[in-house]
Amino acid sequence: MSTPSRYWREIPQRYRLEANSCTKCKQKFFPPRLICPECGSRDLVKTKIAEKGKVISYTIIRVPPSQFKDQAPYAVGVIELDDGVKLMGQIVDCDFEDLKLGKRVKIEFRKLFKKGHSGILCYGYKFVPDS
Amino acid sequence: MREVAVIGIGMTKWGELWNKSLRDIYVETALMAIDDSGVDHIDSMYVGCMSSGIFVGQEHIASLLADYLGCAPVPSTRVETACASGGLALRLGFMEVASGMSDIVLVSGIEKMTDVGGDEATYALGTAADQEYECYNGITFPGLYALIAVAHMDKYGTTRKQLAEVAVKNHRNGSMNPLAQFPFEVTLDDVLHSVKVADPLRILDCSPITDGAAAAIICPVEIAKKLNKPIVKITGSGHATDAIAISQRKDMTWLESTYQAGKSAYAMAGKSPGDIDVFEVHDCFTIAELCVMEALGIVDKGKSGEAVERGRTALEGDIPVNPSGGLKSKGHPVGATGIAQAVEIVKQLREESGKRQIKGARIGLTQNMGGSGASTVVHIFERG
Ligand SMILES: [Zn+2]
Repeated sequence: MSTPSRYWREIPQRYRLEANSCTKCKQKFFPPRLICPECGSRDLVKTKIAEKGKVISYTIIRVPPSQFKDQAPYAVGVIELDDGVKLMGQIVDCDFEDLKLGKRVKIEFRKLFKKGHSGILCYGYKFVPDS
Repeated sequence: MREVAVIGIGMTKWGELWNKSLRDIYVETALMAIDDSGVDHIDSMYVGCMSSGIFVGQEHIASLLADYLGCAPVPSTRVETACASGGLALRLGFMEVASGMSDIVLVSGIEKMTDVGGDEATYALGTAADQEYECYNGITFPGLYALIAVAHMDKYGTTRKQLAEVAVKNHRNGSMNPLAQFPFEVTLDDVLHSVKVADPLRILDCSPITDGAAAAIICPVEIAKKLNKPIVKITGSGHATDAIAISQRKDMTWLESTYQAGKSAYAMAGKSPGDIDVFEVHDCFTIAELCVMEALGIVDKGKSGEAVERGRTALEGDIPVNPSGGLKSKGHPVGATGIAQAVEIVKQLREESGKRQIKGARIGLTQNMGGSGASTVVHIFERG
């Protein structure tokens, strides 16, 4: 069982959607990086990711990891946000039949799972239809 | 650089080997390779293994296995690049022999996966993905490849049936491989109606959980000639990386690490995809085999599904892929897979593959991939 620090240190990204961007080539990174893989610059500044985007791939998880058992089946997608950032997350509050590529979604702050039997509640972002 | 040859191979029956421990499976397999080669000692050994720590609670297996093989104090190195660990063990052994540092090297791979239950195995395999930005959000390995499949189907019109054809072909080949975990055929209908795992992938699109090992002895070609053994040369070796999280890649349908590792191996061997007679590739999921074919340049981008459907990759086709049955039918003890691919190619080039022999095969290629494609190792083999 890991200590809460592993969870705690990711809070800026997961709760506040913090990212950073390269001052030279303007590329944006989520999660933030220490060096730009595009141009090698180490001069990156803090920013935030866009909160809306579209589904560029999705699947329905029928055989989940143990901590997600009570949620299955559930949808997970790769989302391309309006600022070009791509990230993975669950797509919820949406019937499976209504899932399609290009569907507009927005980020919401949600509980993701509970860690272990008496462990911490893990929060983060999920995607919901943007209508 | 010295020329390097494979002079001995070993592989035992794969499956759920409940009565055998990690060290027993390993030693049996390694002894087969040593006996096959006829050498009386080894100078060094490499073991590819992804996650013995989670699967059997044992790290430091390089020394454990050297000890139980009766080889201590030879240097022994464990290497890990998820499911490409075996391929990387081969590459490091190749480099050690080619450089002149050692003459006779045992390269091997192992995974003992059934000492834990399904949840624990899912967790262990998940550690090959980005724990904080993929697994944290509920993805699984079948899920990652499902996301790749959906993108491929959308971009190129690849069909659900074409994915199933990969499984049908690999099980047909595997039915002729007595060492395979599931040496039986499946029909298109079986695949298309099997249990859903992560849409659109079903259980028969997925490689299984397996216990098993594979081993090979490599040495300089000059020494191989003196041993009077059939010689298979390793003429190309490539290794490359990519973003571990699929969302960080420019195109989810394109396996850049496979393209780059292939490019290095083709260049070293002076070969192109059209020169290769037989391929063993990393079909951990049916969609993986399709994407790999494209990244290795066996077919053009988007044309893999059609090639499989038309039978081009079958045993009797013009570009046979996975005559061993692939990971799908032969099994996928993750760390062992890369070496087992080499074992199959050596058998093919020695014409020892029985009913699944590709007639007259002279040049073969192995492609071994870690995670959802963040690392790939490619090797090219030629008859000596
Ligand atoms: Zn930059």
